[in-house]
Amino acid sequence: MRKRFDIRVQPGFATIAMLCFFILYVPIFTLVVYAFNSGISIARWEGFSFRWFVAAWNNNLVIEAAIRSVQIAAIAAVIATAVATLAAIATTRTAGYRGLTFKYSFINMPLMVPEIVTAVALLILFSRIKVWTGYSGLGYLILAHTAFCIPFAYLPIRARLENMDLALERAAADLYATPFKVFRYITLPLLWPGILAGLMLAFVISLDDIVITEFVKSAGQETLPTYMLGQLRRAITPEMNAISTVFLLLSLAIVTIFFFLSRSNEKSE
Amino acid sequence: MRKQQELAIEVRSVGRVYGDGAGQVTALSNIFLNIRQNEFFTLLGPSGCGKTTLLRLIAGFDFPTAGEILLYGEDIAPLPPFKRPVNTVFQNYALFPHMTVAQNIGFGLEMLGRPKQEITTRVDEMLALVHMEPMRNRKVMQISGGQQQRVALARALAPKPKVLLLDEPLSALDYKLRKEMQVELKRVQAETGITFIFVTHDQEEALAMSDRIAVMSHGEVRQVGAPWEIYDRPAERFVADFIGETNFLTADVISIDGQRTRVRLSNGTTLDATYPSDLTPEGKVTIVIRPEHVQLAAPSAGAILGGQIEDLTYLGTDTHIRVRLPDTSLFTIRQQNSRIGPIGFAAGDPVSLTISEGAAQILKD
Repeated sequence: MRKRFDIRVQPGFATIAMLCFFILYVPIFTLVVYAFNSGISIARWEGFSFRWFVAAWNNNLVIEAAIRSVQIAAIAAVIATAVATLAAIATTRTAGYRGLTFKYSFINMPLMVPEIVTAVALLILFSRIKVWTGYSGLGYLILAHTAFCIPFAYLPIRARLENMDLALERAAADLYATPFKVFRYITLPLLWPGILAGLMLAFVISLDDIVITEFVKSAGQETLPTYMLGQLRRAITPEMNAISTVFLLLSLAIVTIFFFLSRSNEKSE
Repeated sequence: MRKQQELAIEVRSVGRVYGDGAGQVTALSNIFLNIRQNEFFTLLGPSGCGKTTLLRLIAGFDFPTAGEILLYGEDIAPLPPFKRPVNTVFQNYALFPHMTVAQNIGFGLEMLGRPKQEITTRVDEMLALVHMEPMRNRKVMQISGGQQQRVALARALAPKPKVLLLDEPLSALDYKLRKEMQVELKRVQAETGITFIFVTHDQEEALAMSDRIAVMSHGEVRQVGAPWEIYDRPAERFVADFIGETNFLTADVISIDGQRTRVRLSNGTTLDATYPSDLTPEGKVTIVIRPEHVQLAAPSAGAILGGQIEDLTYLGTDTHIRVRLPDTSLFTIRQQNSRIGPIGFAAGDPVSLTISEGAAQILKD
């Protein structure tokens, strides 16, 4: 017998669900399909071809922007995850005290503050620093990306820490492990899936960012998203579709890798 | 000097207060305990009595706000847990889920930096001690609760602690397994000769396993003694009430003669009662009588107590009988079913009660 409140027997549920999936995935599906269009239009099918992938591959601007994007995302994600790990340990492995809740919200604030505000603020700050120091390299972009990636890395790590049995760390200390060894042999191995999740999330968020990047970047520092935005001002060709499709595959690959990594970790528990 | 060396743990005037100002909570106050070498010592009390707090202070997971804790004469109270030669068996075992059984057991020795060869030998010894040799390379999540319990015990014993602390280790096991592990723990303690400090709220478990028991309530030690002393000679009402079933009666002291004192019950009859040495009984007192020290008989004029049977509960090995006394209070009797067949009384029967010699004891209130 079906349970009375089983969501599957609620009237209209299936319809609404299908509609949601439709709205979510049809645009992506269309985008991927037209990436293989042999014509120049993104709306009229003229036959199958890889021509736009080849075009993107031979476009130096695209390749440079892609490399820059991955560079920034990789460095920013690693730094953000390291900082987030320390922050998560500091905020969970302590007796509650007044101001702790404030710290939580302080760490997570970048999630709440409109991105455009952060972007303008950083633009003003960095332009001052540029004038003082004369430095105009990728450092600004990396710093900005690190900053907004921290809360994304922090959340899964903190969740993992909060679910961890504190008695494990106590038991290790009881068995003569110094605080550093407790972290090295107990906390870190058990926290690893959380750290990986944080890292992946931060990487994808950074890869995807456009608002802050657009404001902070110096001349010639296009990332893939800002390059694509720039192209939209001119004629749109299926090249954009091709780049987006590669992007999509990349994030799918990352998610899949993470899924298997975390699953093999769960199994070992 | 010699006597001092025999003490494994001395708890001296230890207190633990949480918070400050108006929200202050006293978890432990002015605790004194001497725990002897090789002793199976139990901290017994209801939840919230401070027994686990005291264990945590000895383990080093928490620090006292007053007093000192001596381990073989050395104050360990200010040391962090990893500098104390004591190990703990945790309530939910706290086995490391990412390690094998052998890695768990060897963890303490590895942290102490012992050579590989020694660790392997010791792990084998420990596996043999708890009969877990076949599980050596299993992950700890792949073994049963009872087996996890054994691994936790082996892990805590592997570094040869001077004192082993056990925090309600049997509470997660089902009844049969618990009984089995009680015997196991006693055997392991005898084989290793390590001092055990065992925390439990289960009085049966405490009586069955301990050399001595400290009964605690509200952050204080109420009585320390061998299981029979705690049970038969409770020092005060709380102890008598917490351990086993008890009947309380009020009485007036008539005369004192050595360790015996003559008291008069509310129905006018008199009987002899013992009293604790630190008490001078006078005036109105409470006396305690265990249900198994009372016999049921047909009504007779000279009986100390009489009443009417309220109900009977047949429990296989014995029968619980509740008798309604003339002053309307209920008196519990436990009678062993030594004869085959029904016990010969029914609810509503008038009966008289006789009390075994020396069974009545006067309590400190």
